[in-house]
Parts: sequence; C-alpha cells; structure tokens
Amino acid sequence: MSDIDEQLQQFLGRPCGPYNSWDEVNQAMIRHWCEAMGDTNPVYTDPAIAAASVHGGIVAPPTMMQAWTMRGATAEWATGSDTREPFEVFQFLEQHGYPAVVAVNCEQTYSRYLRPGDRIHHTSRIESVSPQKTTALGVGYFVTELEEYWDQDGQKVGDMRFRLFKYRAHDRPAEPAAAAPGKPARIGRFRAVESYDTKFFWEGVRAGKLLIQRCKACGTLRHPPGPMCPSCQSLEWDTVQSSGRGIVYSFVVMHHPPIPPFDYPNTVLLVELEEGTRLVTQLADGKPGDVEVGMPVEVVFREVEEGYTLPLFRIRKEV
Amino acid sequence: MSSTDIKARRFAEIKVGDEIPPLGIDITTRLIVSTAIATRDYQNVHHDKEGAQALGSPDIFMNILTTNGLVGRYITDWAGAESFLRSVKIKLGVPNYPGDHMELRGRVTALREEGGGGLVDIEVAGKNGLGFHVTGTVTVALP
Repeated sequence: MSDIDEQLQQFLGRPCGPYNSWDEVNQAMIRHWCEAMGDTNPVYTDPAIAAASVHGGIVAPPTMMQAWTMRGATAEWATGSDTREPFEVFQFLEQHGYPAVVAVNCEQTYSRYLRPGDRIHHTSRIESVSPQKTTALGVGYFVTELEEYWDQDGQKVGDMRFRLFKYRAHDRPAEPAAAAPGKPARIGRFRAVESYDTKFFWEGVRAGKLLIQRCKACGTLRHPPGPMCPSCQSLEWDTVQSSGRGIVYSFVVMHHPPIPPFDYPNTVLLVELEEGTRLVTQLADGKPGDVEVGMPVEVVFREVEEGYTLPLFRIRKEV
Repeated sequence: MSSTDIKARRFAEIKVGDEIPPLGIDITTRLIVSTAIATRDYQNVHHDKEGAQALGSPDIFMNILTTNGLVGRYITDWAGAESFLRSVKIKLGVPNYPGDHMELRGRVTALREEGGGGLVDIEVAGKNGLGFHVTGTVTVALP
C-alpha cells in the first residue's frame, strides 16, 4: 500500500453534518419539481386524490429527497449546518494530483415518503476509498460517500450512496509549442491511430522493422492492415518483415496550399514493396525532381517529431 | 394506464420478465435547465453553455438528480398512485445533451411477497444517441 493509499484511510467514517434544509417540505417546491420532470402522479399535487390514496395525503416524490438539503444558488449551507466540507478527501486528492472527478453510481433507498411540514437534514461520511485504479479515463480512486437523511424526530427517512471517481487523466502527447506571439501555434502531425489491427505495424516501426500483415489461412499479404483477409475471409493473421526495398509505383508533388506541418514541395510516394504490397509514404533525402516512376527505393525510419517515427523512403543508389 | 389513475397496479398481476412500456424523453435545454433548478442544482454545467464549454463539455448536460427523478417517474407512471418506491440505484453513463432523445426501458427481474402485496425489482436502462445514459435497478412496493 502506497503512502497516499494509507493517508486516505484517515478520511473514512468521519461523520459530518447535520446539513440542514432551508425550508420544510412544501407543496410549492414539489409542484415546481413535478412540472420540470413531467411527473403527473397526483399523490404529489392533488390533495383530494392524495387523501384518498394509500398515502393519505400529499407526499413528496421520493427521488426529490436530495433536493431538500441542496445549497442552492448561493452555495451556502442552510442555517445551523456543519461548516465542514463533506468531501475533504477530494481536496486531499487534488493536492496529490488527481484533479478530475466523475460520478459513477447513485443509490438511494427510501424508508418513508416525505410530507409537507417535514423538516429534513442529512449527515455524510466517506464510507470507502478504493485502492488506486486505472480506468479508461485515467488513474485515480473510487470514493463512496454515504448520506443519511433524517426527519425532525431523528428518524431516518432514507439514504444515498454516491460513488465518484477522482482521477488524473491519462497522459496525451504534449501539445506542440506555441509559435511567436501573433502567429498560430505550430501544428504537429496527425498521429496514426493504433487499433487492434494496426498496432503491430506501429510497434514494428518503433523497432525499426517494416511489417506486413499475412493471412494465416491462405498466405496472402495485405496492406493497409485490416481484420479480415480480402481473398479468403479468414480472421487469422500474422506478420512478415519486409525487406524494406521496393519501387516507386506512383508519386505526386504537392506545392499548394502549403498545409502544416509538412515541408513544401512535399513528395508523396506510393511504393510497391518487393513482397507485392503497396504503401503511401513520403520521400526522404531528395528533391521532387529526382523521382521517377519505377525508381528503386528503400525504407528509412525517421523520427519526424519527438516521439513519432515514420517509415519514409529514399532513392536506392546501388540496385 | 395513465398516471392519474388512482388504482394501483397489483402485485398479483406482475410476472418476472414483464416489460415496462418504454418512455421516450426529448432532451431539451428547457428540460435540463428547469430540472436542474427544480432540484436546486445551480452548477453552471447544467444551465450555462459557455461555462460548460469552458470546462471541456460540448454543451450543458442533465444533472444526476434529474436522471434519478426521471427513472423514479418512469416506474411510478407504470406502478400507479398506490405504489411506494423503495430504492433507485443507478449507474451513470454518457451525458444527456440538448437535442438528444432518451428512451427508458424496464423489465421485471424479481418478485418478493411482503404484507398483502410485494416488492418488484425492475432493471432499468435509458439509452440516448451516444449510448447508455443510465442503467440500474428500481425496487417498488405494490399492494
């Protein structure tokens, strides 16, 4: 258990509260809530029907429980409330580098329906903090708060377990540095998406290998990568390493408009590898005028930006 | 059954596997803002589009108290005025943004007799254009 995991335990079980309601349970707030929600259940708003029902009179919607003690627009707790922040654990986690928060679960139970005239308060404690977890969002901690709701006689009317994930988002590639004042920020290359099907290719590039996907059933090579063999529809595949040699099958030289981040003129090649597959790439170490269709080329792995390597091709001198 | 029908749905009529008729809800700015205020939730992400965008959200979005309220309403619309909600337990998914549409669906998963009636567990899911906004379980007591 890390230091921070250990320190988090100090926040557990410490009761906070009461957090009072500004007003007793009342028909006006109930009506407003029902109108907004589109809830036409007459036991919330029609005194005659409510009186004749099992409820014996107007009741508040049970899912409105939390609203009675909410702080409202001023963000002030109602008079007489505990002044402590129930989520001190969040401040602690923020200081330790977990700034983001997302609600995960909300579980409410109701012991009885509230009636106009009831005076509600709630108490709060942090019930649990998970060990550090990694999710799709980032790295952090699941925090579960238990709020208990009480009436004027000290009877419990319901409770709510609220689970949140307090986290630090996963690192993303650093933003390109800003250019001189008044100029737009330098635009970096679009990073290739590495999916289940394409990951092998980019892992190969980072290891200095040019890999080609091969169907395990019929042996057909294919590029760009995909989940299924276009020849035999098999989903089974492995890879072979290309010699890295090929010829210029076609090319285009882009002059205008000069779109960042490329240098212009920009020579884009369609290379046919010795193994037979073709790939779109860029000319390394040469001028546009040097290139002809059919010319022999070879792969060269270039770090075009910090942390981003691409397989480029240069003209092969000795054939 | 209309929700103004005072007659309760009876526990004896319910079977495991029964489907609750779906409830479609248009997610409008009006709904998001009016329910946020009705639940006394004044966080700017529920009423101020620019404020929400400054925090990285494409638009304002529905608050949790409203999701809870709509799930409760969905069940009591079906269960009738003689029912009691005992619990609403939800897991939160993708946000409800203005312009979207959410459809709530429910299915009875368990029954337990209690007193003259009983408790009904209902599995609930609310799906919008982005995916599941809410999934969970509601327990309601019927006579």
